[in-house]
Amino acid sequence: MADKMDLLDVEVWDGNMAASQAMRQAQIDVVAAYPITPSTPVVENYAGFLANGYIDGEFVMVESEHAAMSGCIGAAAAGGRVATATSSQGFDLMVETLYQASGMRLPIILNVVNRALAAPLNVNGDHSDMYLGRDSGWIQFNAYNAQDAYDLNLIAFRVAEDHKVRLPAMIHQDGFMTSHTAEGVLTLSDDDAYNFIGDYKPMNAMLDFEKPATYGVQTEEDWHFEHKARQHNDLMTKVNPVIQEVFDAFEKETGRKFDFVTNHNLDDADVAIVAMGTTVDTAMLVADQLREEGKKVGVLGLRVIRPFPFEKLAAALSNVKAVCCMDRSAPGGTVGMLYNEICGAMYNSANHPVITGYVYGLGGRDMTVEYLKGIFADGEANAAAGKPTTPLQQFIGVRGPKLNFL
Amino acid sequence: MSEIKKIKNLKEFSTSADRFEGANLLCPGCAHSIIVREVLNATNDDLVLAASTGCLEVCTAVYPYTSWDASWIHIGFENSSTAVAGAEAMYNALKRKGRLPQPDRTPKFVAFAGDGASYDIGFQWISGCFERGHDMMYVVLDNEVYANTGGQRSSSTPVGSSTTTAPAGRVSYGEKKEKKDMMSIMAAHHAPYVAQVAPNKWKDMVKKIQRGFNTVGPVFINAVSPCTTEWKFDPADTMMLTDLSTDSLVFPLYEIIDNKELNITYRPKNVVPVIDYLGAQGRFKHLFKPENKHILDGWQKRVDDNWDYLQRREEARV
Repeated sequence: MADKMDLLDVEVWDGNMAASQAMRQAQIDVVAAYPITPSTPVVENYAGFLANGYIDGEFVMVESEHAAMSGCIGAAAAGGRVATATSSQGFDLMVETLYQASGMRLPIILNVVNRALAAPLNVNGDHSDMYLGRDSGWIQFNAYNAQDAYDLNLIAFRVAEDHKVRLPAMIHQDGFMTSHTAEGVLTLSDDDAYNFIGDYKPMNAMLDFEKPATYGVQTEEDWHFEHKARQHNDLMTKVNPVIQEVFDAFEKETGRKFDFVTNHNLDDADVAIVAMGTTVDTAMLVADQLREEGKKVGVLGLRVIRPFPFEKLAAALSNVKAVCCMDRSAPGGTVGMLYNEICGAMYNSANHPVITGYVYGLGGRDMTVEYLKGIFADGEANAAAGKPTTPLQQFIGVRGPKLNFL
Repeated sequence: MSEIKKIKNLKEFSTSADRFEGANLLCPGCAHSIIVREVLNATNDDLVLAASTGCLEVCTAVYPYTSWDASWIHIGFENSSTAVAGAEAMYNALKRKGRLPQPDRTPKFVAFAGDGASYDIGFQWISGCFERGHDMMYVVLDNEVYANTGGQRSSSTPVGSSTTTAPAGRVSYGEKKEKKDMMSIMAAHHAPYVAQVAPNKWKDMVKKIQRGFNTVGPVFINAVSPCTTEWKFDPADTMMLTDLSTDSLVFPLYEIIDNKELNITYRPKNVVPVIDYLGAQGRFKHLFKPENKHILDGWQKRVDDNWDYLQRREEARV
């Protein structure tokens, strides 16, 4: 039996420690992991907990991220609680197995500490890795800060392992900006955190020898489509009610309320910035400053990236006149994911705001208060004109002449 | 301690309970199914099995059917080793935590993979598993070619073999590179037990598999698996081909314990010339043209040298 840790009501943790502590409290059965900047401390913290008697599960330090997720898949199919962490190139290497994990309906928890993708090599935070895995069939939560990273881990285990769901889940946090920034984090006691998640309830466990299971079958044109369609159906219809249930339970337990989208003063806003990660917190700060100047601006944070909350998002943006979408990933010859999906969500809604896209912060470039004020100003001009007054795609904070497209 | 099956004769062996069903899609004459049955039949213990992408996998778990009456997982081409390693880690965790569904069982963790999945694409994963020392067995079904995808060369493909990616042609005798020596590589991981087996020598094979199951730590088994389709011989001749492979010493049967003790486990009474083995297969047909005589000579010399080497190591107890 692992020792319990006495936590203060408020601990000073960075995002990596917040994630590691939640993983410790979940009493995971198997962690198979491989270190990579900036998620390395998650793995190191966990190893430290193990070395000091706070972990009684298995900790397998494998030889690559691909092996980390491969080991997680084998362990999860065997029938127990499984989690790991990665970033960037490691996430890239893992991508093959991400699809295999979700295709086998294995509730693995993956902390993704977001970082840019080479080339050129870069260790800092952007959302390129997150965007690479967006179609992988995983539930994906988005943390804006260390507190979220802690809370969403506890929430993710309970959602993913629910027998109505049985899908793996990622918790994204911004590399360095969240992962290495110490903040005050409100904690749950070890008992309360574990009880909130609950015991792992196995289903089709390979270690149940009375009922052997076959995992990872072959399907061709005769059955493959049905499998993928059913998985998508469950993501579209079965997951969100469970997420809502767990968000509600978490609010009851902690008083901290989560929603699929974070609605910051949108109800009477003319202009909305839509963002993910630390930029949500910064944009809310800027919006509050602009509100004091009498400007009707608000912020939408995307809390649940997958399943994409089309209806919740359209409802939150139902009164705005202009939307500015913040994509922290090189779009590679098209528009950013957020821009694309928000256009998709709004096109069939009653409200048709002017929607513009911004590519920013690649490789850890700062998104500053000044930039955000400029973006809100674009939105105000668009709202007043009722049409785009700027190009639809702008690059923010990049050297050289302005880069605008569309 | 593993529960060892007592097997008196081949008839009893061939009719003993199957956890790998005959209902599968492998080619008639494929040695894979024979090897898998011989491995699974070596124990009465429960099994957690993994297979890499390949002939065995695509032919035995085609939804909605499965040929496996045992827990089985396939993830990808390169990671059957890590799949069972993960399951073995979960077994250890649940055992410690008292949450195993049947706590009194002593399951065996076995991964099956082809030579392409093992010698090439999955090499790193196997090395990682063996370095970490998982209690598992890794069985290579070595047919010296990417058979599932239509006969491309792997690093197990021997010199002179004609494959679709290193075909024999007007100016080429086929494969130029020597087969990778996986036995030595895996022994060099200080694996407690490494053995080469062949399905024709079933008693030798069962003995080695049972020893493997009773070994704590990672066990590597390389099983010669003649491929009727890619080696190009009559499906009825699989066992004859296997006999030629062991009796020509192209596939010598031996084991290495703790990278220290090498034992030759089969010494043919009458060693057959390598050309008899090569000549029985279409993949080497072109080697019998006059201009390729040096390749045939090279083959015999390599096999002789290897046999010498193995005997010297056995004698020196190293």
